[in-house]
Amino acid sequence: MTAASALYDIPGPRARARHRTYALLATLVLLLLLGWVGYALVDTGQFAAEKWRPFEYKGIQLLLLRGLGNTLKAFGLAAVLSLALGGVLAAGRLSDHRPVRWVATLVVEFFRAMPLLVMIFFVFVALKVQPLPALVTGLTLYNGSVLAEVFRAGVNSVERGQREAAYSLGMNKTQVMAHVLVPQGVRAMLPAIISQLVVALKDTSLGFLITYEEFLHAGKLIAGNLDYGLPFIPVVMIISPVYIGMCMLLSWLANWVAKRERRSVKTRAVEVAPAAPTTVLPGDTQT
Amino acid sequence: MDVLTQNFSLYGEGFLGTVQLTVYASLLALGLGVLMAGFRVAPVAPLRAFGTAWVTVLRNTPLTLLFFAVMLGLPRFGLVLPFFTFAVLALGCYTSAFICEAVRSGINTVPLGQGEAARSLGMSFPQTLGAVVLPQAFRTVIPPIGSTLIALAKNSAIAGSFSVTELLGTYKPLNELGYNIIWTFLWIAVGYLIITLAISGLFHVLERRWGVPR
Repeated sequence: MTAASALYDIPGPRARARHRTYALLATLVLLLLLGWVGYALVDTGQFAAEKWRPFEYKGIQLLLLRGLGNTLKAFGLAAVLSLALGGVLAAGRLSDHRPVRWVATLVVEFFRAMPLLVMIFFVFVALKVQPLPALVTGLTLYNGSVLAEVFRAGVNSVERGQREAAYSLGMNKTQVMAHVLVPQGVRAMLPAIISQLVVALKDTSLGFLITYEEFLHAGKLIAGNLDYGLPFIPVVMIISPVYIGMCMLLSWLANWVAKRERRSVKTRAVEVAPAAPTTVLPGDTQT
Repeated sequence: MDVLTQNFSLYGEGFLGTVQLTVYASLLALGLGVLMAGFRVAPVAPLRAFGTAWVTVLRNTPLTLLFFAVMLGLPRFGLVLPFFTFAVLALGCYTSAFICEAVRSGINTVPLGQGEAARSLGMSFPQTLGAVVLPQAFRTVIPPIGSTLIALAKNSAIAGSFSVTELLGTYKPLNELGYNIIWTFLWIAVGYLIITLAISGLFHVLERRWGVPR
C-alpha cells in the first residue's frame, strides 16, 4: 500500500526487517499509552458500579433515547430545509439576471463566513425563538449556503458540450438546466452533498449550547447528577460511540455513492467529486 | 454604533481571546496534523493504524461533544488545566484530523516518478522528503489548509459557552447591560468577518506566491 506513494521504494528484505522492528517498538509505545489511560481510568474510579448503575434505569434510558430522537429530528428538518435553500440559492447564483445573482452571492458568502454558532445564538437570543427552530434555522442557513456552492460547482463541472448540444436542440435555459445539467451535476456532487450532511449531523450537537434537549443535553443531565457520582466519563463513553457511529455510517454512504457514481455511465460527462466536505476559501469563485 | 464605542475594551478582550485561541489551536493542529500525516504514510503498520484511527474518530466526532469530554470529562480524570488550555487542546486535536487529511492528499498528489527520480540520483530518504516531495506537496495543500484554519476560527466560538473569554461570549454581559441585541451581534459578526477574511487573505497571498495548480 505504501508502494503507491512517491516516498518509498518497495522494501527489500533488510528494510522489511527494519520496519518490523519499528512496528514492534510502535506497538509497544501505543500499548503503554493505552495501558496508562486504562490504569488512570480505573485509578480515578471511572468503572465504579455507582457511576454505571444509572444506565440500567428505565427512565435514564428513555431520557437518552428521547435525546437521540430530538437530535435526529433536528437533523432531518435541517437536512431537508438546507437542501431546499441550497437549491434556491444555487439557482440564484446561476441566474441570468444580475441583481438576483448579486443577492444570492451576498447571502451565500455571508452565511458561509459566519460561525454557525453566532447565527444560532442570534436567532435564539435576539429573535427570542424556541431552541429547536433556532437550531434548525442556523443549520439551514449555513448548510444551505454551502450546499448552494456545491450544487453550483456540480452544474458548472458538466462538460461544456452537453450544454451546447442541449441549446442547439432548441431547448430554453430552464429545459437545459432541468433535463441536462442539473441531473448530471447533482449525480457528480452526491458524495459531497452527503458529506455536507455529515457536517450538519455533527453540528446538531450545538443545540446543547442553547439548551435544546438533544442527545448531548440528556448526557449532561445524567453526568451532572451527584447521586450517581458525577459520571462524566461513563456518559462520554456511551454517547460518543453513538455519535461517531452515526457519522461514520453517513460518511461510509458518501464513499459508497462516490464509488458507484464513478462507475456509472450517467456521469461520463462530469467528474464525480470525492466524498469530502468542500474546501474552498471564502471569496474564491474558481470552482 | 454606541455599543461598540462604549464597550470597546470588552469587545477588544473578546476579539483578542478569539485570535489567541485561533493562533494557538492552529499551531497545535498544524503540528499534530503533519505528525499524523507522517504516521499515515509510514511503512510501519501500527503507526498507520493509529493515524487512521485518530483521523476517523476525530473527523466523525461533533466538536461540541469533544469540548464536553475535554472540559468536563478530563477534570474528573484528575487532569485540571485552565479552560483556555483545554479549549486549545480540543480545537487543535479536532482540526489536526482535517489538516492530516489535507497533507496526506497533498503528498499523494506528488507523482511517483518524482520520488523514483530522486532516489535514483542517490538521494537519501530525508533528502527525498525535504527537497523533492514536501516542497511539491506543500504547494497543493495551501488552499485546503486555509479553509481548514478558517473553519477552526469559526469553531472557536464554541469555546465561549465553556467559560473561555472569546468574541461570541461578549453578547452575554452586553445583553445584561441592556444594549440593543441586534447591534451587539452585528459587531460580533464584524469581528469574526475580520478574522476569517484575514486568514483567507493570508492564504490567497501564500497561494499566489507558491501555489501551483496540478
